[in-house]
Parts: sequence; structure tokens; C-alpha cells
Amino acid sequence: MAKIWTRQAVLRALDDAMTDDPTVILMGEDVAAAGGPFKVTEGLLAKYGAERVIDTPISEMAFMGAAVGAAVCGLKPVVEIMFIEFLGVALDQLTTQAATMRYLSRGRLTAPLVVRASAGAGQGFGCQHSQMLDHWVRGTPGLKLAVTSNARTTYGLLRSAIEDPDPVVVLEPRILYSEREEYEFDPSYRIPLGRAEVARQGADATLVTCGAMTRVALEAAANSDANIEVVDLLTIWPWDRKTVLQSVERTGRLVTLEEATASAGWGGDVVSAVAMEAFGKLKAPPHRITLPDAPVPYNGGLEARYLPSAAYVTEQVAALISTNKSPAPWWRNAA
Amino acid sequence: MTVSDSNSPLARREALRNRRDQLQRMVEIRGVENRIQKLFAEGHVRGSTHLANGQEAVSVGIARSIDPDDVVTCTYRGHGHALALGVTPAGVIGEICGRTIGCAGGVGGSMHLVEPSVGLLPTAAIIGAGLPIACGAAMAARARKNGRVAVSIFGDGSANIGAFHEALNFAAINKLPVIFVCENNLYGEYTRIQLSTPIEDIALRASGYNMPGIIVDGQDVDKVAEAMAEAVQRARRGEGPSLLEMKTYRYSGHSRSDPATYRPAGELDRWLKRDPINIFADRLIAEQALSPGGLEQMQAETNEAIEQVVAEVLDSPAPDMREIFAHVSGESPGGDQRWSFWGR
Repeated sequence: MAKIWTRQAVLRALDDAMTDDPTVILMGEDVAAAGGPFKVTEGLLAKYGAERVIDTPISEMAFMGAAVGAAVCGLKPVVEIMFIEFLGVALDQLTTQAATMRYLSRGRLTAPLVVRASAGAGQGFGCQHSQMLDHWVRGTPGLKLAVTSNARTTYGLLRSAIEDPDPVVVLEPRILYSEREEYEFDPSYRIPLGRAEVARQGADATLVTCGAMTRVALEAAANSDANIEVVDLLTIWPWDRKTVLQSVERTGRLVTLEEATASAGWGGDVVSAVAMEAFGKLKAPPHRITLPDAPVPYNGGLEARYLPSAAYVTEQVAALISTNKSPAPWWRNAA
Repeated sequence: MTVSDSNSPLARREALRNRRDQLQRMVEIRGVENRIQKLFAEGHVRGSTHLANGQEAVSVGIARSIDPDDVVTCTYRGHGHALALGVTPAGVIGEICGRTIGCAGGVGGSMHLVEPSVGLLPTAAIIGAGLPIACGAAMAARARKNGRVAVSIFGDGSANIGAFHEALNFAAINKLPVIFVCENNLYGEYTRIQLSTPIEDIALRASGYNMPGIIVDGQDVDKVAEAMAEAVQRARRGEGPSLLEMKTYRYSGHSRSDPATYRPAGELDRWLKRDPINIFADRLIAEQALSPGGLEQMQAETNEAIEQVVAEVLDSPAPDMREIFAHVSGESPGGDQRWSFWGR
């Protein structure tokens, strides 16, 4: 088995999809001649030509909208939003236009486009280049939203997203691009959208997470005295209720680990579903580990504190299990 | 043909080859808009509607200049464009009344008219949204090398939103086969153009994108069609996009609740003297394609036919509650009935 970078999994997924389906096109800032700001489209211009690998002006509204029109008319556009924050200026095209195309046309038209965006904190990009912002999209009927967590899930989710008949957003935690792992590419490998994975089995608590927090959760579980089950949601809209509920019914405890601010995180939805549907199985209150409701700080020490570390997660889960009470977040004592 | 014909949208579109039918379509648009206003007062229409009486020549002039498999995006002031492109009066009035007979099955409403068989994507309720989408349709057409074009119809208000700039720039650098049609009716919602826009002619902006910017008399259907034909040919030849500015006028206010008291005295009367239906009817009479008094007869017949459509619509059922969940995504009920532009 070869060690590969997560960024290679993006490139390979795009490359294989373009080979398999001649209607797949790529659009975005610097994706063609420069090979992408994160080097995830390197070599594709030479291989597939300028009609299919398209450098755009810095005009997210234009190329997101063009992706909608091209998708409706039979192409499969994959657009790159360099940093997820840049979606803000193009959000109408995604959440209002693409998402309602099928509904308003009563199934006659659809916009099967994929938005790939690098997202997340941990690298000192500051508060305007470090957010996840999944809450801008999550909950929008007609859209799907997936978050990658390593090379394998990157390949499997991207291939499924490109084959999906509806618009899909794939968030790629930027910090993972330069992570390496043992993985052998299989061109037929897919991760079905809407399905979570049990990344680690355990009996004492269910730790539900996604994205870059998945490796934090696995590290926390490995270092814990308790036996923690880790569920990687993979698709966070719509999310896999069945897998989460089955796990919580077995362990009796739910903890969400979210790279999201406390008041906007997806965990609120997970907690409410578990509280409403599995209340009787819970030994402890559902607990959420999130970011504080504050922007992402630039300073390295502050950013490290701001993001949940494996040690913090281990401590929080241990406190929940030993007391069956929800422990306070770190900032309650700090503030 | 009359509006009560149960002809397909495609057949209605093809009928526009005939000049008398073009006039009849303009009369139909006017009649439908007037009737919608009345349906609102009668309590059959929810939310809002945006009428375009006075702008009929733009709609019919565009529709007669492009093919049914050219793709059109349009804003929410789109009843007239939908009718001109071929959507039936029952499809338009039915949608506005929220009935299954409507072109979006009653789930869309006045601002969301759609008919893929004549190239009409769902009309958008967001200013400027259709311009970038038209660029993408043009990209897809060029990828197929099929000579199709995309047309984006929008108002003078859209010329001040970011999507206008981004789309024109994007279309120009990629030489996309798009025709941007700005209906300058002098008002963006409730605000007169000189309060929102530092130039009188939107067409001037085309020079910033190195594309032709043409000012057109939007009250004359033949002038609209001539300008369109030239831009369409240019696009089909691979020479890129054009911006056409149709000088026109909205007889009504912005939406049904707007009496338009902000208009300067006498402005409406001046425009009524250049009514697009009268201009074209007079020309057809001169061409001996219409008898004197023919317009009045056509209007009476058309209005009668519209009344029959209204009766049919009000008799048509509301959508079933299950339609709330249909066609949200590929996994939803309702089935996949996908329209494929230009075949596979």
C-alpha cells in the first residue's frame, strides 16, 4: 500500500471522474494554468484541455452561476471555491438558484454541480480564511453537503458527489491536504452520500464528528480510559440519523465534536434528534464540544486553544462519563 | 390561433412566424396581465405579482428571433416573456393562481414560470440571478458545438447588481454566445433610474466589456426583433456576447400593491401614445395584414378566450399536499422526468 497525500486524493478523484465522464468540467480561480492554489488540479489542463479545465476571473458569482446554467444544460461542473468564505458572494446561485431548480421545474430540470471548497482552521490564515461555514448551506432543501476527513473519504465522497444528480457541496478541511496515509486508489470506490461511518467501535459513549475533527476524535478515543465509539458523519446534510441513533442506543451517551461555533454548529440538530428519538436510552445529557462563539484568532497559541485538542476532548468525555453531567466548556472558566 | 387553443407551448412558439400572430400574442399578454390584476382583487392570487403591461413588444420581439431550443433566463417580471416564448395562458394564469394546471404545478407562483420545451428556465425572483446562469447555458451549448445561444432578460435595476458586471465580464472573456437583454422601463422597483444610475443608457456599459451595446426602441416589435437577430447571428458565429437595451415603459407600478404615485405627471400619458400594440397594429393595417378595426376585434376575441382560460383555471384543482415533498432532490417522490436540452 502506498502512502498518499490527501491533496492527491482530490486530484485523482477529479482526474478519474473526467476520464469516466466527458461532461465533467472544472472551473475556478487558478485551477487550470497554475494547477490550483493547493495543487489539487495539477496536470488536468494538459490532459483535458482548456474547454474542460477553466480558469475564471475572480468572480465567484459569475462562475457559480455559470455552473448552474451549464449543469442544467447537460454538463457536470465541478467548481472550486478557494476558501469557503468566498462562497458568500455567490451564495444566491447555490442556495437559491441551484437548490430550487428541480423543485420549480417539477423534476424536469436539475443542477448537478459540485462545489469543492477548502475550509477550516489550524494554519494561521486568520478569521476570514479559516471557517467551516457549513451552516450557510446545511438545512437547505435540494442541496447536499459532505465533509472529507482523510484521503480515502476524499476520494469516495468526491466521486459520489460528481455522480449525484443534484447540487453537492464538498468541504475539504485544508489542514488535511498535507496529511499522508496508507491508501490504495480504487477507481470504483464510492462513499454513498447520506451515510455515516463508525470509524471506531466503543461502548461507553458515541462521539459524533466530521472533517478534520475526525482525527482529533480518534486520537482522543485512543488516549482515553473509556471505550469511545467514533462516528464520522461524512455527509452532514442530510445526515445519517440511523447510524447515529443505533450507536447512541448502544452506548447511552452522545457527544458531538464540531469545528463550528457553539450557536451555529450541526451538533444542535444531532442533539435534538437524539433527545427526541432516543431520550429513554440516554444515561447522560447529550453534550456538544464546539468552538466558542468568536472569530478564529490568528495567533498560534490562541488558535490552538480555540480548536478542540485531543486532550481536551478526552477530558470532556471522561467528565461526562464519570459524572453523567455535561461538563462546562473551557471558555466558561476563561471568560 | 386563439388563446383557448390547447396547443403545446412549442406550437404556440412556432406560430410566431406569422406577423398577425405576433400582434395577437401581444394582445394576449396585455389581456392576461390585466386579468391577473383583476384576479388579485378577486382574491385568487397570493403574495405579489409584477406586471409588464407596456413591454409586450420586447417579449414578442425576442421570442420571434430565437429558436425554441435556445435557452432563456428571465426575472420575476416574466409573465409576458413566458407567454411570448410559448407557455399557454392556462400555464401562466394557473401558476399565478397556484393550481395544478400551472406551468410549475402551482408550487412556484407568479415569479417562477418555467417551460423547458421552449427554452425557458425557471424565472428567478432574485435580481441579476439569471445573467450568470445564461453564461453557463452558453458554455454548455458551445461544448456541444450546436450553435445554440442563451438569452438573459433583466431590467434596468439588474444593471446595478454585481452579477451584471461579473456575468458580462465572464461572457466577454470567454466569447460566450449570450445575448444580454436589458428592459429599461425607467424604474427599478419604486425608484426612477436617475436616482439609481449615473447614466441614462445602460448600453454604454457594454464598452467596458468590449462588446456591442445597442439601444433599441422597445415599443416597436420589429426593431426589437431586428436587433435581436443581429446579436443572435453574431453569437452563433462565435463572435461573443452583446448587450441590448430595450427602451420601454411599465404601465403599472412595481407590484400589485404599488400605485406608482412617484411617477412624474404626464409621463405615463406620453408613453401610452407610443403603445407597442397600437404601433404594430397600425403597421399591419398599412401592410394590409390586418383590416381597420381588426385590432379591436382581436382584443375582444382574445379577452373572451382569456375568460374561458380563467374559468378553466379556477376549476382546476390545487396541488395535492404530497407536492410539498415532491422533486426536492433526486431521492424525493415525484420521479425523475428530466428534460434534456438538445438531446443527450
